[in-house]
Amino acid sequence: MLNFLAKRLVQIVPTLFFVSILIFSLQHLLPGDPALVMAGEERDPAVIAQIRAQYHLDQPIPVQYLFWIKGVLSGDFGESLRNKMPVLELIAQKLPVTMQLAGMAIVIAFLIGIPAGIVSAVKKGTAWDYGANLFALWGISTPNFWLGIMLIFLFSIELGWLPASGYVPLTEDWRASIAATIMPAFVLGNAIAAVLMRHTRSAMLQVLESDYVRTARAKGLSERTVILKHAMRNALTPIITLGALELGTLLSGAVLTEQIFSIPGFGKLIVDAVFNRDYAVVQGVVLVTATIYITLNLIADIAYILVNPRLRG
Amino acid sequence: MTDTALGTVALAAADDLESPGRRAWRRLMKRKGAVLGLVVIAIFILMAAFAPLIVPYDPIATSWSLVRKAPSGQHWFGTDELGRDVLARVVFGARASLLAGVTSVGIALLVGVPLGLVAGTRGGFIDALISRITDAMLACPFLILAIALAAFLGPSLGNAMIAIGVSATPIFIRLTRGQVMSVKVEDYVEAARAMGNPRWRIALFHILPNILPALLVQATLSIAAAIIAEAALSFLGLGQQPPAPSWGSMLNAAQRFLTSAPWMAIWPGLAIFLVVLSFNLVGDGLRDALDPKAR
Repeated sequence: MLNFLAKRLVQIVPTLFFVSILIFSLQHLLPGDPALVMAGEERDPAVIAQIRAQYHLDQPIPVQYLFWIKGVLSGDFGESLRNKMPVLELIAQKLPVTMQLAGMAIVIAFLIGIPAGIVSAVKKGTAWDYGANLFALWGISTPNFWLGIMLIFLFSIELGWLPASGYVPLTEDWRASIAATIMPAFVLGNAIAAVLMRHTRSAMLQVLESDYVRTARAKGLSERTVILKHAMRNALTPIITLGALELGTLLSGAVLTEQIFSIPGFGKLIVDAVFNRDYAVVQGVVLVTATIYITLNLIADIAYILVNPRLRG
Repeated sequence: MTDTALGTVALAAADDLESPGRRAWRRLMKRKGAVLGLVVIAIFILMAAFAPLIVPYDPIATSWSLVRKAPSGQHWFGTDELGRDVLARVVFGARASLLAGVTSVGIALLVGVPLGLVAGTRGGFIDALISRITDAMLACPFLILAIALAAFLGPSLGNAMIAIGVSATPIFIRLTRGQVMSVKVEDYVEAARAMGNPRWRIALFHILPNILPALLVQATLSIAAAIIAEAALSFLGLGQQPPAPSWGSMLNAAQRFLTSAPWMAIWPGLAIFLVVLSFNLVGDGLRDALDPKAR
């Protein structure tokens, strides 16, 4: 276990190094002189000179990288060109909103995906199985921004039940907060529910054929106990860690979903940054996302070992 | 008597010698979902190719007297905020979506498969280097990486395809490498090496053909993801630029007129859904048809 942990941690260092190189090199994709692009429309020579000095653009590229990574490591991701705030502060401000959305989406995904997967495995080949598989295909194939627009049309415009956009913090008014986030959370959860359903189904099918399930049945246990207590527990172990890995899907999905529902979260931050040519924010968002993802991956790996006694040792 | 006996033997032999491609195709054709998917994809390809023959309207011609008209006998899908025919824009929009789906996955294959082959066959430092870079790219969520790349490259359909292609590349590197690792210990690869084949020859002629099925399945499923990604980038204004029609940018415009012209939102979204669903159906069907365990 300790060995494995050490190996995983050692592997993370080069990965993070390449992530930083990848993100750093993004700004060299900018056509022309990055200082000119970052200076915006006015192209004031004084501003350009200041940007050059500030980003060390007059230095060789490896030196520029060292300056940049030194800043990043000490928590300085640069400053947003748009509202002159430190990038890290902006991200810290927006992240909780997206975390609420992501948390609700994961709950919705588990509530739909796991029962659907279990039912379709237990009732394999029946209309239930067929229906659950159709649901999974629908979930994987529906563009979430279209689903969002259609939900707004149905529940906000036609029925008038839910607000079409906006966000209220949970601490301010939890009812209004849930009402404002339930549609986007469903949109995000829908796609993950489909993935979870497929994995649950195949894991359950595998477990249901195993010897100990046959033994449990032979003992005369009710089918309900066999499925819920014996089969499900073992089938779900990998599924739970899979939930952590779906974070990438969630954050990707949040970009468009937050845009559609005008939710001031992490996803909207990157879109606004893209439109305002606020490159430091774009880099900061990608870097933070990647770091969160790598950390969660590590936690998922550890959790997987902890819940699986055969891998402990 | 002898003739019939010989005939039977010959037939049985022919059956055994059915090429893997032909067998996969035969099994794919047995799957209703996959066949349906292929039919829908074919319809959309024909639609994209013969767009001017299908719809009588110019997809970019605006008309101030036809702004946001509900579906009618003349304009089956209605008209948009500039008086353009929505059906014409959906039909012509298929070009951008299909092109982006296929091109970006093509880019991902062209870059990812050689890198995966090199990593898997060489091992050692090169493998570690390629694998860590792959990990780094996979750590950035697909769409966020594509948006960041497209933002820095500048908004256009071409750049969107590059951004999506590059973002999809690590999946193919990792898949190819993993497949190579499992295939290269097989006896036939060992035999090829024993016969003194150079490493590149073993990689290209002995390993690659055997990992094609897995790559084909992933490529099909990736086209579906790439079409959604292109629509997403266009929705954000980072893909196909107006007035050229694309399903993503149509949905963006539609969102602003949801109360007065909901038809603008239905059709482009349905088109994306149908095409993506079809590629997913074909991908799933291929996975089952190419699975050697299910033979």
